[in-house]
Amino acid sequence: MSNATLSAKRPSSLKGATLPKWFSWAVAAGSIALGLGISTAAGLGSNIQWALIAALLFVLGSYGISARVEGRRQAKDRVATSLIWVAFLLAVIPLASLIYATVKRGVKVLDGYFLSHSMGVIADTEPGGGIYHAILGTLEQVGIATVISVPIGVLTAIYLVEYGRGKLAKAITFFVDVMTGIPSIVAGLFILSLWIIILGMGYSGFAGSMALSILMLPVVVRSTEEMLKLVPNELREASLALGVPKWRTILKVVLPTSIGGITTGVMLAIARITGETAPLLLVVWVTNFINANPFKDPQASLPVYIYLQFANSGGQGPAYDRAWAAALVLIAFIMILNLVARGIARWKAPKTGR
Amino acid sequence: MKLQRKNRRALALGALAVSGALALTACGSDDTGGNGGGTQTAAAGNIDCGDASGQLQASGSSAQKNAVDAWVKQYTAACKSVQVNYNPTGSGAGITAFLQGQTAFAGSDSALDSKEVADSKKVCKGGQAIDLPMVGGPIAVGYNVPGVDSLVLDSATLAKIFDSKITNWNDEAIKKLNPDAKLPNLKIQAFHRSDESGTTDNFTKYLAAAAPNDWKYEPGKSWEAKGGQSASGSSGLAQQVTQTAGAISYFELSYAKGGMKTVKLDTGSGTPVEATLDNATKAIAAAKRVGTGKDMALELDYATKAEGAYPITLVTYEIVCDKGNKAETLPAVKSFLGYMASEEGQGVLTDADYAPMPDEIITEVRETIKGLS
Amino acid sequence: MDISTENKPAPPTPQPSQTEQKRAARGATRPGDRVFLALSRGSGIFLLVVMAAIAVFLTLRAVNAISKDEANFFTTFEWNPTGDPPVFGIAVLAFGTVVSSIIALAIAVPISIGIALFITHYAPRKLGGPIAYVIDLLAAVPSIVYGLWGALVLVPNLDGLYGWLDQYLGWTGIFEWNGGAPRSLFTVGILLAIMILPIITNVSREIFRQVPQMHEEAALALGATRWEVIRMSVLPYGRSGIISASMLGLGRALGETMAVAMVLSPIMDINASLLDPGGGTFAQNIASKFNEATENGRDALIASGLVLFVITLLVNGTARLIIERRKEFSGANA
Repeated sequence: MSNATLSAKRPSSLKGATLPKWFSWAVAAGSIALGLGISTAAGLGSNIQWALIAALLFVLGSYGISARVEGRRQAKDRVATSLIWVAFLLAVIPLASLIYATVKRGVKVLDGYFLSHSMGVIADTEPGGGIYHAILGTLEQVGIATVISVPIGVLTAIYLVEYGRGKLAKAITFFVDVMTGIPSIVAGLFILSLWIIILGMGYSGFAGSMALSILMLPVVVRSTEEMLKLVPNELREASLALGVPKWRTILKVVLPTSIGGITTGVMLAIARITGETAPLLLVVWVTNFINANPFKDPQASLPVYIYLQFANSGGQGPAYDRAWAAALVLIAFIMILNLVARGIARWKAPKTGR
Repeated sequence: MKLQRKNRRALALGALAVSGALALTACGSDDTGGNGGGTQTAAAGNIDCGDASGQLQASGSSAQKNAVDAWVKQYTAACKSVQVNYNPTGSGAGITAFLQGQTAFAGSDSALDSKEVADSKKVCKGGQAIDLPMVGGPIAVGYNVPGVDSLVLDSATLAKIFDSKITNWNDEAIKKLNPDAKLPNLKIQAFHRSDESGTTDNFTKYLAAAAPNDWKYEPGKSWEAKGGQSASGSSGLAQQVTQTAGAISYFELSYAKGGMKTVKLDTGSGTPVEATLDNATKAIAAAKRVGTGKDMALELDYATKAEGAYPITLVTYEIVCDKGNKAETLPAVKSFLGYMASEEGQGVLTDADYAPMPDEIITEVRETIKGLS
Repeated sequence: MDISTENKPAPPTPQPSQTEQKRAARGATRPGDRVFLALSRGSGIFLLVVMAAIAVFLTLRAVNAISKDEANFFTTFEWNPTGDPPVFGIAVLAFGTVVSSIIALAIAVPISIGIALFITHYAPRKLGGPIAYVIDLLAAVPSIVYGLWGALVLVPNLDGLYGWLDQYLGWTGIFEWNGGAPRSLFTVGILLAIMILPIITNVSREIFRQVPQMHEEAALALGATRWEVIRMSVLPYGRSGIISASMLGLGRALGETMAVAMVLSPIMDINASLLDPGGGTFAQNIASKFNEATENGRDALIASGLVLFVITLLVNGTARLIIERRKEFSGANA
């Protein structure tokens, strides 16, 4: 107690009283127990409530005790720490639940047969069938979309950050901003009108790739732009001062420095478009059969497959199981992709010492 | 230099990924339904494949999706050279795609209007689009009231419930119709479709026709009444009714699964009518034909008092050109539609919870299909 | 406590300077530079052309629809473009979109910053990496899966929370609940928050990592607590990045289609209470109505999509203004 008042008066003292290391854990355990107790006593059924009560108790408890023992500044630090822990836990719970639900329901029908066969003639109400045709379609459509949008997107971002200063850059920035707001279905509609109705090209995976590119481009441009801006000017100046041409500076200094962030941004963009359903329904259509050619005739894709199986299931039966299994495959697919991309990013990125 | 070597390696990796994806296309196969499960493919001898081959694209009503699935399965077993893609985009989108010449036929829960028929003359060279009634189904009113196993409602009460005028299950109006039921003191949660749909269209047409005093809204594909709650798709509605105590909603009978209870309708015919396939077929048989020439659009009598006819019934039409179908898809269209209308085709329907068309209608449909060109 | 005693920190967004412009011009005289500049400018122009084409296309269709509208497009609570006369308006949709996105941001931004700080500054080093990785992966979960999860797991678990809010905060009017299925704008806000959380976290984390270590070490050397370090050196440095990350999240929240359509119970009416059904969102409405829409209906939906653009544009513009403003201070203040 006396220590506390002392440190409050003289914050510059070299070392104030500190609480033991297990303090946070003790408070956390105490508040969870109390939270559970209160919600049982009050008869609150939901998991969400006791978690919220416990979180509140934890923050208040740490502040109160720490403020008495360690002083105001330390107490604030503790509150911040506990708030950040709480934020972390609050976020992890729903996300963990999402993964758990998908895996639990997804593994039911997920097997080799499911992965290597298409739906073929199996009706939605019957068991059997698979998602081979959808996996193939998604791989091709997303692959083509990525091949279209990543070079254009990254180059545009380079232009905006490294070169563009005039009206053109302003206009591009403006339109990229507009583009982020395009509802996916409208992008699909644009391609439908232009490519399929006006040019008469017919439904195909490629039409879907174009619609997906429209959605992917602004995300790539904006995230790359942000990452390029974070590259310290000193690096550029040092390189230029050594007489390295600007384009080589960009390729060898600026891009490698920010490649981690850029890859993350591209992965986010791929993740976003891989889950897109509405535009694909409009321009790629669906088929229950295998179509390996993305440039002719309708193709299937995983999100559309999931959506249609779910929409036709009534929340039960074989179609419902297939929807979850396909969702699991879709998540796994994106995660593997992510893993590879991060591996590449780490391997290529210069060592920063962090 | 080191970086360049790595670049080459990354390139090689990319090439590997691409070739891997290409290799993937080689394995995998279509499920031909041979591995058991579900209905066995019937003797295919009666299906006339003609010289049909290639891909047949169609889209439209999601209400008939399960029926089309069943048809496709039987049909493909017989005619292996034809692949039928039915995309359940919804009736409106189906008609739009058909009018743009993207599909060989469309499925729709409502007949074409005059403007659409006029537009169709562009796609159907020398002819026009026609409606062929192919499959029907009762729209069941499902409810979830604990302890109430049987519930009778009339059109006026139904209208008041969906218009939020009756808000509790122990309301006098409901009690009067169900003197024996133990109606709890429970708030009514009336769910309607949040998306536009032919199901809503038919249901609101029924309310407007059978209870004109209690349902003042214009019937249509989108829900006009205020209040209540909504969910997307028949599947979504069925799910809400299963999850929510006190819920009531409307959807095709095939969605009333898992022990869900459906309302019996007091149409004024004496005995309350249950939502069954037979009762739906009876209602369709009583329908008036309004289509002229080869067009077979029907007008259902939603206020029917005929014995055992279930008045909230949905008829799905297949829409094709009477003349001027595309040459490359014509054989497949005739063959597939012919199968749908055949005795075997209609016979598949009851297993999938759909109502077959009454005899006199389907006979004429068969004739029309034979004459398509 | 001014900690920017070291060499001038690189401002988050480099200010275009006279010298730079000259340098760019001079640099472009080498052949390699010319090619590269042409390539990157070409990409930019290509993007511009695509965007302009979409904008023109949408505007044409939207104008076509609005000219047929018999009611005020901005204040009408109804959506019946196929009716006779056609009557439709976006009041309800605008309300729902804005409210659900605000709820989502209000929940997601603080939590995301918390997680990002947790990963970069609080977690034990061995834990930080894997957690960052997990969050990265979660950003990759497609929205349709969030929709499935929201409809089947989240909604059934919200009854308790809703009852609680109604009990203690019902008097505000905003949190009244009539006991229906918890499929309101508030639920959508929660789901959207969960969806955009990984995105905002990812970007903010990347930005917090870039904070010059010198700043932090200087602050620590002056005896600052960890929180003070964050408040004085990390957050100011990352501010523009955080705003930009939030906007990225907001973009996804505003335009989210399928997940919202699967979770929300949309009603064409505005309800003061966030917990009762009321309102829809632009994207959800387009997805719900599009399939059955006739030509006029499609145009009307496109018109509503155009409004969504304008809203997004306003949001982005505001964010850019904030970032620009900050930049002026950042040199002296960081």
